[in-house]
Parts: sequence; structure tokens; C-alpha cells
Amino acid sequence: MADGWQLFLDSFWPIVWGAVSGTIPLALASFAIGLVLALGVALMRLSRNRVVSGIARVYISIIRGTPLLVQLFVIFYGLPAIGVVIDPWPSAIAAFSLNVGGYAAEIIRAAILSVPKGQWEAGYTVGMSHAKTLRRIILPQAARVSVPPLSNSFISLVKDTSLASLILVTELFKVSQQIAAFSQEFMLLYLEAALVYWLICLALSSGQSALERRLDRYVAH
Amino acid sequence: MSPTDPVAARPGAADRPLLTAAGLRKAFGQNEVLRGIDFEVRRGEVVVLIGPSGSGKTTVLRSLNGLETPDAGVLDLDGGPVIDFAAQALGPAKAAKRERLALRDRSAMVFQHHNLFPHLTVLENVIEGPVQVQRVPKVRAVAEATALLERVGLAEKRDAYPFELSGGQQQRVGIVRALALKPDLLLFDEPTSALDPELVGEVLQVIAELAREGWTMVVVTHELAFARQAADEVLFLDGGVVVERGAPAELFTAPREERTRRFLDRILRPLD
Repeated sequence: MADGWQLFLDSFWPIVWGAVSGTIPLALASFAIGLVLALGVALMRLSRNRVVSGIARVYISIIRGTPLLVQLFVIFYGLPAIGVVIDPWPSAIAAFSLNVGGYAAEIIRAAILSVPKGQWEAGYTVGMSHAKTLRRIILPQAARVSVPPLSNSFISLVKDTSLASLILVTELFKVSQQIAAFSQEFMLLYLEAALVYWLICLALSSGQSALERRLDRYVAH
Repeated sequence: MSPTDPVAARPGAADRPLLTAAGLRKAFGQNEVLRGIDFEVRRGEVVVLIGPSGSGKTTVLRSLNGLETPDAGVLDLDGGPVIDFAAQALGPAKAAKRERLALRDRSAMVFQHHNLFPHLTVLENVIEGPVQVQRVPKVRAVAEATALLERVGLAEKRDAYPFELSGGQQQRVGIVRALALKPDLLLFDEPTSALDPELVGEVLQVIAELAREGWTMVVVTHELAFARQAADEVLFLDGGVVVERGAPAELFTAPREERTRRFLDRILRPLD
């Protein structure tokens, strides 16, 4: 048991380092890019132009209708077959961003639609254009509504980044796998990996609460 | 705080109405809500639109702010824009949009459900248009907004969020937000209909005071006592047409049309 404890301690910082250098930047970069993508897709989806909203609809359908692991493998192992070779990190970021883009688009679209029509009209009546009303009046209110579901997406994404270990990205799970293979202590190392994921998600949840409180300052309780 | 464009400023201006609406028509699908509406609003005049719900009065008002686009008819604002909607339906959409924006630049709307921006403070609500759209320097916009808020007794609420105010206070902020745009034409869409009865007075007082100061306004309301006191002309709309128009003293005491009489009876003596 003392050996087990020692192994736990010895492997803890390497695993945390895997999180800091792999999991967390991967999740942050993918989420940031994915959100920008999602906003664009949401606006396309809301467009009155049938072609534009149709494209967005198909994109969302494909992303939601296929496994993330398959998307990842298509990009990393599939694209080279047609001459497109992308390194592990960019492949992972591309796959995760596209995935977030599909899921978060629906969240953002619903949040935009949840803002009362009178807010658009009030924006117009003070002289704002459609784009300016969207940016200054609608999106700030939609942001408040979309924080809980988007936080869920982000927490899912953090855990999903473990799939990147399958396309040679060194992150939290890959590090635990390597130590497990070397020490043959699979149970200990995988539970330890689970613990570190859980700690990250706990921190994210409290960050979510803080953000919600901040955005709730202008609503009645 | 007074209208920016006094009548005396331009010779002959008094002869020409600030707004001329002619033959406004609008249908939503099969439902014809406006079937040829004509009226004029002179500078400094208060025109009150009354009528049963579905009579088209709110659609008229919203058209004056570019929130609805009539299918036909002409809106002519002295000094521009002049919009011929029937011609526009065929013309380039871009031009139509530009003229609608020009219309919006000269008018400002106070909504039934105030539609304040909930994520902005009272002050931020008021300066949003001047600063973001009219490019007024922020310091000046804040000073003007503060003065306006003081006028309606809400200076100490300037950093509050809308949800912290009573309905009457919210609506007074809504009025100040419209005034801050310095419009030539103030539009009120049933500004007291959503308020608790005891809060109606404080809002009507503010509007009546603005009328006395010479602001030009078009008001849709069910408050006949207010109309009687503040209006220069009352239009009674029903079924998408102006059934009767006149000075409030005449129209309320001696309506010529049967439909007007019945409508007034229903409002003034609901239990009979």
C-alpha cells in the first residue's frame, strides 16, 4: 500500500502537468474557436435566407449525428488519404472546435430567441442598426441565458479531450496511460486520472456559479 | 429641455405640417388593419389616437417609427424623409431601408411595456442612443441624461437597474430615453396601459407637461381624461379608418358618428 501511495504521489504532478500542458489549453482553444463558429452558425440558422439557414442546419445535423471520435479520426487518419496531413494538435483543435460549433450553435440560437422582440424594437427606436442591436442589446441578454448550457458544453469538452490521446496528443489521459503501462498499476492510475478530471470540473463549476452571479445582477431575484 | 426646432426658426414653417400621413394601408395576410389613413400633425401639436383594439391605431404609430412598413400611402416629414410606400414595394429594398432609418432618426417611441434594456442601468439606458448612434460625447450625454432624469424625479435612480424600479418609474425612464434622442416627433404607444392604476397619474403628468412645453407628439391611449386635457386633436379609429376627428371638447361631448358615440359610451360608462 505504501508503494501504491508513493506511485500516486509520484505520478500526480506528471498527470497534472498533462492537464496543464495538454487538456486545458486544448479545451480552451477549442472552446474559444468553437464559440465564434457557433455564433456564426446560430446567426446563419436564424437567417431568413433559406440557403444560408439550410447550410447551418445541415452542419449542425452532421456534427450532432456523428460520434466525436469518428470526427477526430476522419480529420487525423482520414484526411491524409486525400493528401491533407494535419499534425495531432491542430487536428484535435479542429475536431473539437467543429464539435462545439455545432452544439453551441443551437444553445446560442435558443438564447437569442429567448430575448423578447420588444428589445429588438427598442434598439431600433433609439436608432441602432440590426447588427448593433444584436451586439449591444440582444447578445448581452442572450449571454446570461446561455451560460448554464454553455458551461455544460465546456465541461463535456474538457472530458472529451481525453479522446485526443488516441491521435497522439499528450494530455492528461495519455500521461496516465503511459505511467500505467510502465507500472502496471492500471486501477490506481486511471482512478487518479479520473480524480484530476473531476478536480478540473469542480473548479469550472464554481467558475460557472461566479459568472452566473455576475450576469444575474440585473434581474430580480 | 424643449423641442429643438422652434416654429419661429424657419419662415413659413408654421404653414407646413411637421408630418403628413396620406392613404396609409397595411394588411397582415388577409387582415386589413389600415384601410386608408390620413392625418396631419403640426409642430407643437398633440394628436391622440383612440379606438377599440384592432382598430389600427398602434400600427399607425409604429409606422411613424419605421417599425411597420405600410403597403401603400405616403409619410411626409417636413425636412424629410418623404416615403411613398406603394412605390417602395416595387423599388430597391435598400432605399426603403434608408428612408425608414431616416424616419426613425426624427421620431422616438415610448412603448406600452417600456422595453427598457434590462442589462443596462437607468443612465446607460438613456445615453445608449445618443452615445452609440448619434455620437454625442459621453460626458455631454451623461449631463443631459442626468438633467432629464432630474426633471422626471428620477435623478437618484440613475445607477439602478430597471428591475429595481416601479412600473411608473420604468415608464418615466422610457420617456426620458425617448427625449434624450431629441426627436422632432414623440410617439407614445399606450404608455399607461400596462401600469397599475395608481401609477398611471405620474406618467400622464410627465406626458402632459411635455405637451405644454411644446413637444410634438402622437399618443395612442385609452385615457380619455388625458386626451381631453392635453390633445389638440383626437382621431377616432375603427376598422382601419379614421371614423371621426376633432378637438377633444367637441369629439367627446358631441360626437357626430354613431360608432364614436358607442365607443365613448363603452369606455365612460362600462356598466350601463
